[in-house]
Amino acid sequence: MSILINKDTKVIVQGFTGKEGSFHAEQCIAYGTNIVGGVTPNKGGQTHLDKPVFNTVGEAIKATGATVSMIFVPPAFVGDAVMEAAEAGIELAVIITEGAPVKDMQMAKAHATKHGMKTLGPNCPGIITAEECKIGIMPGSIFKKGNVGLISKSGTLTYEGANQVCNEGFGITTAIGIGGDPIIGLSYNQILPMFEADPETEAIVMIGEIGGDLEIQAAKLIKEQITKPVVAFIAGQTAPKGKTMGHAGAIVSGSAGTAKEKMEALEAAGVKVVVSPAEIGKAIAEVLGKK
Amino acid sequence: MNIHEYQAKQIFKKYGVPTPKGIMVESVKDAVKAAEQLGGPVWVVKAQIHAGGRGLGGGVKLAKSLEEVETLADEILGMTLVTHQTTAEGKLVQKLYIEDGADIKEELYLSVVLDRKLEMPLIMASTEGGMNIEDVAANTPEKIITVPVDPAIGFQSFHGRELAFGLGLTDKDEQKNIIRFASKLYTLYMENDAEMIEINPLVKTGKGEFIALDGKMGFDNSALGRHPDIAEMRDLSEEDADELEAAKYGLSYVALDGEIGCMVNGAGLAMGTMDTINYMGGTPANFLDVGGSANAETVAKGFEIILKNPKVKAIFVNIFGGIVRCDRIANGIIEATKITDVNVPVIVRLDGTNAPEAAEILKNANIANLIVGDDLGDGAAKAVAAAKGE
Repeated sequence: MSILINKDTKVIVQGFTGKEGSFHAEQCIAYGTNIVGGVTPNKGGQTHLDKPVFNTVGEAIKATGATVSMIFVPPAFVGDAVMEAAEAGIELAVIITEGAPVKDMQMAKAHATKHGMKTLGPNCPGIITAEECKIGIMPGSIFKKGNVGLISKSGTLTYEGANQVCNEGFGITTAIGIGGDPIIGLSYNQILPMFEADPETEAIVMIGEIGGDLEIQAAKLIKEQITKPVVAFIAGQTAPKGKTMGHAGAIVSGSAGTAKEKMEALEAAGVKVVVSPAEIGKAIAEVLGKK
Repeated sequence: MNIHEYQAKQIFKKYGVPTPKGIMVESVKDAVKAAEQLGGPVWVVKAQIHAGGRGLGGGVKLAKSLEEVETLADEILGMTLVTHQTTAEGKLVQKLYIEDGADIKEELYLSVVLDRKLEMPLIMASTEGGMNIEDVAANTPEKIITVPVDPAIGFQSFHGRELAFGLGLTDKDEQKNIIRFASKLYTLYMENDAEMIEINPLVKTGKGEFIALDGKMGFDNSALGRHPDIAEMRDLSEEDADELEAAKYGLSYVALDGEIGCMVNGAGLAMGTMDTINYMGGTPANFLDVGGSANAETVAKGFEIILKNPKVKAIFVNIFGGIVRCDRIANGIIEATKITDVNVPVIVRLDGTNAPEAAEILKNANIANLIVGDDLGDGAAKAVAAAKGE
């Protein structure tokens, strides 16, 4: 078991024939992901990476039965691509593109919700179910199959966390990068209950950062609904106030969104909070018992 | 990206949002000329810097004669203004805005921001104009009215009525005026991909009209591509020179106070590296994300920017290669040490894609001052020890 995606998931790529789309689609195919085609307007009918190209998402779904779309279109066209996917009937859009305008994401996410489509990202590494299906840009080799679910706002901290978990002798069920933009799709509070319900997941790693209050909301939910052990790290304890730290959403405004308040809220909810990301693997070993 | 008050007011005027007449100047002579042109009898001389709290810092003053305009312009132009929103060193005032005095009956507050929880714009208003709104929020939250506007329906009259009644406006003309004002402000917020607009104070005149006495605007950097007119308003002298230099090479840099320079891929890991250094008893000198396309040139540039800071006693290079291949980073480090004079210990931790090849490359290069870290914790510990001279 796993959450959201598995080896049978049929995936299309929007922005399939572009440089980024091609490179990562190829990597995903090599990993074993069931990529059934792609969408690039005006290239319909062609073949790319041995897969069919379609002009619209609607045509692609009709021909392939795809349920998930991995989106690589340039930032200015992300909103449009997400809304097209939603109306065409895609169930989950994984938005990798970095730098999508915030206004476009407000519109696109509202539209996706209206059509019952889940979204991940933008500006995220994607999602991977270890040794089954990779939809994103993460290095697949570090994710060994196991019993730990991982949710993170940061790409490289996802790799860091997963690597440590695997080095301790454990492994990953599904790892999900939710992105660090001001407006994102699925977040802790939608994903945590999925891990809770997944019989294979025995512990959860949650990686957050300064800015916004998603981690505070997650603390409330964990207290009420999550029985599996959660290990958390919040990046940016040493970040200065009022400065955007790389991710557009990673900013402490006034006294809100600090690492300290998030760590305290999570600790109060019974989460094992580590002060350094170097401790994630050890903390998982502690809560699951040494292997 | 933030802009100056005088620029925000240019945008306000374009959308019919009332503001006092004013002229931006860069010399005392032009300040007097501007005052003559505006006519008076009262003028406000305002320092133009990207920070709030200018009035309290002595950067906004009232003049009742042309002579006074001259004296004040001379005093404020070239001063270094320190406010609660600037650094301790303050900001040099290079531009003034000479503005007509306004008929002030009441001072209110109005802003539009993105509400991240609701995922839509939020209009905030308060009767407590002229104050720091964070203080109002902390001490008297009931005095802040919040009205979210769903972009799918846009600004409707009921949004305006919520503001008007919330602000206690009983006069029908005043109600109409504030509704019209807020509607225009919402339109300009959306059309220009603004991140925030703040008018503090918003003035109610004796005639019951509303005027933006101040104007602060920030924009979504990701959307500047479709607003060339706004992108042009960027004032590079208001931004940190090192951050700008780094950005040219695709590096995201923020200076801090500590002793250990950091070069990391990914914003989250970069923050996590700073936190780890701090946790192990060291102090990070900077945030630096080399991004997904790091190569020899960008790594060399990163070293150069980090080493500009004389406080730096060691550099910790922490890379978890995903798309970024570690062997390329290793070669980058070797190249960088040839281009830049790296005179402090460099601790390198490379993990992920092609890490074994990278370790081999670094070993063979035989660079003095180079220490290999086995993992994040080990690398950070070695960097902390090196900075302490151990």
